[in-house]
Amino acid sequence: MSTATTLQTSATPLGRDDLARLVARDIAPGSFVNLGIGQPTLVSNYLTEDQNITLHTENGMLGMGPEAQGEEIDEDLINAGKIPVTELPGASYFHHADSFAMMRGGHLDICVLGAFQVSATGDLANWHTGAPGAIPAVGGAMDLATGAKDVFVMMTLLTREGASKMVESCTYPVTGVGCVTRVYTDKAVFLTGPDGVTVRETFGCTLEELQELVPVPLKAAVDG
Amino acid sequence: MLTFVDSVQEAVAGIKDGSTVMIGGFGNAGQPFELIDALIECGATDLTVVNNNAGQGDQGLALLIKEGRVKKMICSFPRQSDSWHFDAKYKAGEIELELVPQGNLAERIRAAGAGIGGFFTPTGYGTMLAEGKETRIIDGRGQVFETPIHADVALIKALKADGKGNLVYRKTARNFGPIMAAAAKQAIVQVSEIVPTGALDPENVVTPGIYVNTVVRVPAGASAEKVA
Repeated sequence: MSTATTLQTSATPLGRDDLARLVARDIAPGSFVNLGIGQPTLVSNYLTEDQNITLHTENGMLGMGPEAQGEEIDEDLINAGKIPVTELPGASYFHHADSFAMMRGGHLDICVLGAFQVSATGDLANWHTGAPGAIPAVGGAMDLATGAKDVFVMMTLLTREGASKMVESCTYPVTGVGCVTRVYTDKAVFLTGPDGVTVRETFGCTLEELQELVPVPLKAAVDG
Repeated sequence: MLTFVDSVQEAVAGIKDGSTVMIGGFGNAGQPFELIDALIECGATDLTVVNNNAGQGDQGLALLIKEGRVKKMICSFPRQSDSWHFDAKYKAGEIELELVPQGNLAERIRAAGAGIGGFFTPTGYGTMLAEGKETRIIDGRGQVFETPIHADVALIKALKADGKGNLVYRKTARNFGPIMAAAAKQAIVQVSEIVPTGALDPENVVTPGIYVNTVVRVPAGASAEKVA
């Protein structure tokens, strides 16, 4: 086994669209994918026809097309964020129990979600701040987190106050335990798993500078 | 027994105080607005309502909540930018909330219709929504025991019914319709069109008529002004 580092570094942090482009590039051709509400939705702008990706929306559709415009808008055709969308050739509709069975049953290759926090062992917190008086709402977050074969998170690395969202253990209520496999941030791509956190790429910082920001031990990705 | 009625008022007339009512729809898609309006009019109260959400804007389920008819919501996503009627009742302590992950909600409804006594699922394991529930490690994964959700009545919107009560839906408005029809003792369905028996291709029937009790025709667009 080689130990040569495969860590890649670029000069500047990534913007939201650059990050979406990177996630899109990393999705294997032919995958069935669910994109969460918010930043993950941007990924669809960068999927290419050659990739032949089928998008799932948990309210009951495979083969979802872009957001509907003008006359295309149909109140019966919406995505999980309740935004009017379009259907692509080869689309299919199904009821809610089927939709979540295909997720829970491991048929969905990837889901891309936003997060408040991700822990060193891949726990995800993205549904509830736990603030007193906040009305809790979970939707499909827990089902997505535990159902897809791979769970990718997209988030900024730091909160507005400068705290790392990659944490030793989540302080917000968790959505799923040990479910996240990759974390795409503006400063680095992290691979999470039982063996800890590996850094695949950094953007605008070195691994050492990144380690200053993140309170969990980081190691550089290596060959093999 | 299957009956066809002439009005939404007649369709919901048998709903009693204290009933558990499943209401189809995800957001506004598939929400049976006219049946809900009739339920508000008929006065039934002290209801437990099962829906993915807890009403949006000033229509449908949101109004039923506003009118104080709902004592408990079982749903996955009550809080939205326009869920002000639910938010107010919740903050005032006037409505109970059972929050259920969306897939567990769907599967618990499905289980009721299929006569399943409960099931273990990895969804929610290790989270606060599994607190107090039985858990097991199955195939190396933590799983949570979930029980079926039964209902007295389901209010559902479909596209077409035939004379046998077979239903087809339209696009993502299908959502909870098929599983709620099976899970409720009485499935009350509003459709845009009633077609003659034999006019639906049996290969394409989504909800077989065995699950359907009452059908009322509400022409599409009858409530177009309600859909913002």
